[in-house]
Amino acid sequence: MQEKEYILRVQDLKTDFKVGRKTVHAVNGVTFDVRRGKTLCIVGESGCGKSVTAHSIMQLLPPNGMIAGGSIDYYTPSGACETLSDYKRNGSRIRAIRGKEISMIFQDPMSTLNPVYTVGSQIMEMLKKHEKVDRAEGKARIIRLLGELGIPNPEIRYDQYPHEFSGGMKQRIMIAIAMICNPTLLIADEPTTALDVTIQAQILDLIRRMQKNYGTSVILITHNMGIVVEVADDVAVMYMGRVVEFGSVEQIFANPMHPYTKALMKSVPVLGMNKDRELTVIEGTTPDASTVFTGCEFAERCESARPECFQRFPKDTVVEAGHRVRCLLYEEGGKSNG
Amino acid sequence: MTVQKKKTSLAKRNWQKFIRNRMAVVGMIGLFIIIAACLAAPLLTPYDPTFINPGIRALSPSSEHLLGTDRLGRDIFARILYGGRWSIMIGVVAAMGANLLGAALGCISGYYGGKVDSVLVSIQEMLSIFPGTLINMLCIGFMGKSVRNLLLIFTFTGWPGVMRIVRGRILSLKQEPYVESCRANGIGGTSIMFHHLLPNTLGPIIVNSTMNVAGYILSEAALSYLGLGVPDNVPTWGNIINAAKRLDIVQTLPMLWIAPAAAICLFVLSINFFGDGLRDALDPSSK
Amino acid sequence: MAENREILLSIRHLTMEYQPNRRLFEKKKPSVKAVSDVSLDIYSGETFGVVGESGCGKTTLGKCIVRLLKPTEGELLFRDDEEMKDLLKLDRKTSFALRRKIQIVFQDPYASLNPVHTIREAFDEPMRVHGIGGGSREKRTQMIADALKRVNLQPEYMYRYPHEFSGGQRQRICVAKALVMEPKLIICDEPVSALDVSIQAQLLNLMRRLQRETGVTFFFIAHDLSVVQYMSDRIAVMYLGNIVELADSEALYAHPMHPYTQALLSAVPVPVLHEKKERIVLKGDVPSPMNPPTGCPFHPRCAHCMERCKREKPILQEDMEGHLVACHLYREKE
Repeated sequence: MQEKEYILRVQDLKTDFKVGRKTVHAVNGVTFDVRRGKTLCIVGESGCGKSVTAHSIMQLLPPNGMIAGGSIDYYTPSGACETLSDYKRNGSRIRAIRGKEISMIFQDPMSTLNPVYTVGSQIMEMLKKHEKVDRAEGKARIIRLLGELGIPNPEIRYDQYPHEFSGGMKQRIMIAIAMICNPTLLIADEPTTALDVTIQAQILDLIRRMQKNYGTSVILITHNMGIVVEVADDVAVMYMGRVVEFGSVEQIFANPMHPYTKALMKSVPVLGMNKDRELTVIEGTTPDASTVFTGCEFAERCESARPECFQRFPKDTVVEAGHRVRCLLYEEGGKSNG
Repeated sequence: MTVQKKKTSLAKRNWQKFIRNRMAVVGMIGLFIIIAACLAAPLLTPYDPTFINPGIRALSPSSEHLLGTDRLGRDIFARILYGGRWSIMIGVVAAMGANLLGAALGCISGYYGGKVDSVLVSIQEMLSIFPGTLINMLCIGFMGKSVRNLLLIFTFTGWPGVMRIVRGRILSLKQEPYVESCRANGIGGTSIMFHHLLPNTLGPIIVNSTMNVAGYILSEAALSYLGLGVPDNVPTWGNIINAAKRLDIVQTLPMLWIAPAAAICLFVLSINFFGDGLRDALDPSSK
Repeated sequence: MAENREILLSIRHLTMEYQPNRRLFEKKKPSVKAVSDVSLDIYSGETFGVVGESGCGKTTLGKCIVRLLKPTEGELLFRDDEEMKDLLKLDRKTSFALRRKIQIVFQDPYASLNPVHTIREAFDEPMRVHGIGGGSREKRTQMIADALKRVNLQPEYMYRYPHEFSGGQRQRICVAKALVMEPKLIICDEPVSALDVSIQAQLLNLMRRLQRETGVTFFFIAHDLSVVQYMSDRIAVMYLGNIVELADSEALYAHPMHPYTQALLSAVPVPVLHEKKERIVLKGDVPSPMNPPTGCPFHPRCAHCMERCKREKPILQEDMEGHLVACHLYREKE
C-alpha cells in the first residue's frame, strides 16, 4: 500500500514565476516521494529551485509565482489523499494543513520571529489557530516542548522577547513553533545555514531527535553534502529546476551517477583530505534562470557531455530500485556508446 | 595590445526602467512642452509682456489675445510664457543651489562624523524646526526684493532636507567593503567622499532636486502673491497672480488668475510625476 | 611553502578594544575586547589560516593588519627591505607606501565593488595613488588586463560594471584587484563563504595557483574548517578574541589538543558515508564578548573544566614542536 509508505508524492511539479514580461520556469518537472517517518534531503545550489519546491508544497509562493503543472499528493495519517496542488493558495483547506500537519522552518531565524511579541505568545498563536486548548494547558505544553528542545529555564524564556535570544536559541524557537501541533511533515529550508558549526550540530541533533520521538517525516533543504550524509534517508539532487538524481543516501553517496552529483561531491574540500589534490571544478557559472534549453541543462558544464546532450532532454532512467538519474549516459543504449 | 572597448552603461538600464512608467513619461512630456513653450515665447506670441498699452485694457479672451489682457493692457498669454522663464529659472537654480550645498555638507557630516557632524546636524535641526515661509519672509524683509536675494535665501534655507538624506546614505555606505578597500589602500577622504560615496547617493539627490523645483516655484508664487517675492516688474507666475488680488478683478478678469494658476499646477504636477518615475528608476533595489 | 621560514609579519600582543559611543547623559558602557593579546608569526609564502565562529574576533584581527582599525595595544612587525618595521609606529609616508604591500579580499562579492565604477576605474585609483605603472595610463591598463587574464577573465571585462558579473566572477575580480598592487600579504576574509559550492572550488584552486606563481602570502580567515584545513599550512583557532590553539594544519586535524578545537572538528559534517564519528556537542552558546567569562574563556562550555580554569586564564604555550595550545589540561604539573 503506497498510502502507508509515503506521506508526500510530488509528480512532475512545474512552478513558474512572472518576472516583467518573461516567464521563468523555476521548477520544471520535479518528481520525488517522501517516505513516512523518513528524511528526504533536497540538495542543490542557489537558484536550483529547491526552496521554490518547498514553497509550492506549502502554497506559499509569492504573488508572481504559480504552480503551472503536476501534482502534489499528501497522504494524511488516516490514509486520505489530499492533492495540495489543487488547493487555492489561501483557501481554508490549505490553511488548516499549513502549520498543523505540514510546517516549515526557514533559513533566517533572526527575521522570522516578530520582535514585538514574546516568544511564548508567538508559539501560543500557532497552537490556538489549530487546536482548541485553554491558555493554561497550552502554556504548560509549550513550556514542556521548550524544555525538550534544550532551552534552559523555559518558564522564564516563555515571557521573553526574541532579541533576548541568541541565533541558535531563536532557531530552537522556530522549531518549537513548527512542532507545537505535532505535524506529520516538517519542511526545513536551510535551517542551519545562518548558524555556526557547533550550533549547527546542536540543531541537527535536535531535528533528528524530534523526528525519532514523534515520527515526523522531514524534508530538509540544504547545499551542504556533509549535512545530507548525516541526516538523510533519501536524497534528491536538483539542478536548474529539475531533479537530476534521486535515491537513498547509500545509493547516492556510494554510487553517484549523474556527472553533476559526482562533481558536486568532489568540488568541496573534505576535512583531512590530501592537500596536494586539486579540487574538481565545475566549469562556468550556473545559467540564468530564464535561459531556454534545448537539451540537458547541465550539458555545457558537463565533462562527459556528448553532442546528443545538447539536442534533446534526457529522460529519467531507473538504474536500480529506488535510484533514478536524469542523464543520457544511462539511458538504454547509452552505456554501450559511452 | 588592444583591448576592445565594450561599454555598457547604468544610465541605459535606468532609462529602460524609467520609460516603462507611464505617468513618469507623461510628466516628462509635460515638462518638455512647458519649458519649450517658455523658451520659444517670441515665436508663439508677438506681444511684449511688459509693454503697457492703455488702449486694450482688461480685454476678454479673443483670437487676437488668446487669454485676454490685464488692467494695464498687457497680453496675459505673453506674460505667462515669459513669466514661466523666470519662475522655472528660479525653481531650478534655487533647487540646484540648495541641493549642491546640502549634498556637500551631508557628505562631510556623514563621512567625518564626530564634532563636525554634531555641529552641522544642530544647525540643520534649527533650520528645519523654523517655519520655512516665515524665514523667507523675514529675510526678504531685511534684504529687499530682488531675484538674486530670493535665490540666495532659498539656497540657504533649503539645504537641510538634502543634507539629512545624504548624511544618512553616507553613514551606511561608508561601512561597505569597497570603501574599506579604498581606505586600506590609503586613498584620501576627499576622493572617497566625492568620487566613491557621492555618486551612490546621486539617485536620491536628483529626485529630491526635481521635487524641490516644484516646491520653490510654489514658494515663489506664494511670496510674490503676498508681495514679498520678486520685484513687480519681473513677470513670474506668482507676480501675475498677485495682480489678481482684488475681489472685483477675481470676478471680472478670471483669466488673470486661472491661467497662471493652471500653469503652476501643470508644471508642478508634471515635475512630481517625473520625479516619482526617477525615484523608482534610480532605486537600485527595484528591477 | 614555509621552508625558508622567513617571518613576513609578526603580530605581538595585539589587543583591540571597542569603546562604544557614548552620547550625552549616557552611562559609560563597558568596552568590548574583540581581540585580546594575540601573538603570532606569519612566514613568507605560506597560507596562514584563522578559524573560529562568528564573534571570535577573526575579522577584527584581519582589519587590524590592513590598518582599517587601530589596535589598542600591541605591535605589527612587517618585513620591508630586510627590516622589520612596526606598522603602527611609522611616519606617514612609509605607512602609506606599505599599504600596497598588504591587501584585503572581503567576504561579500556583491558589496566589494563600487556599483557606479567600471572595473577599470576600481583597479586604477589605488594603482594611481601608489604610482604603480610609473604614472602611465597605458601601462596601468596593460597591467589591469594582465591581472584579469590571470584570474581567467577576459581583459575587455574591465570596461564593464560590477552588476554584469556573477558572484564568483566578482570575487575573482577582487583577487585580481589585490594582486595588481603586487602585495606581499593578502588578507582573505571569508572569501568563499558567500559563493555556491561549485564556484568555491574555482576560487580556491585559483588562489592556490596564484600563490604558486607569485609566492604571495595568504592570511586566510574562515569559519569553515574544511576549507581552512585544505588551504592553509598552519592554522590558528580563535575563541572569544583569544587564540586557543595554533598548529600545522595536518597536526591540528590529526591531534587536536584544545577541547574547543576537538568539538569544532567533530561538529563539521563530512560528506562521506559511514564515517560516523563521535560527535562532541557543545552545550550552550558563545558568551557575549561584552561580558566574557573569568579565567579560560571556554570554561563554561568545556567538558574538562577544572577549578583552575575558572580562575586563571591559560596562556598559549608550545606543547610540541610548532603546536601551541592555551589550555590548563596540558599544564597540570605546574
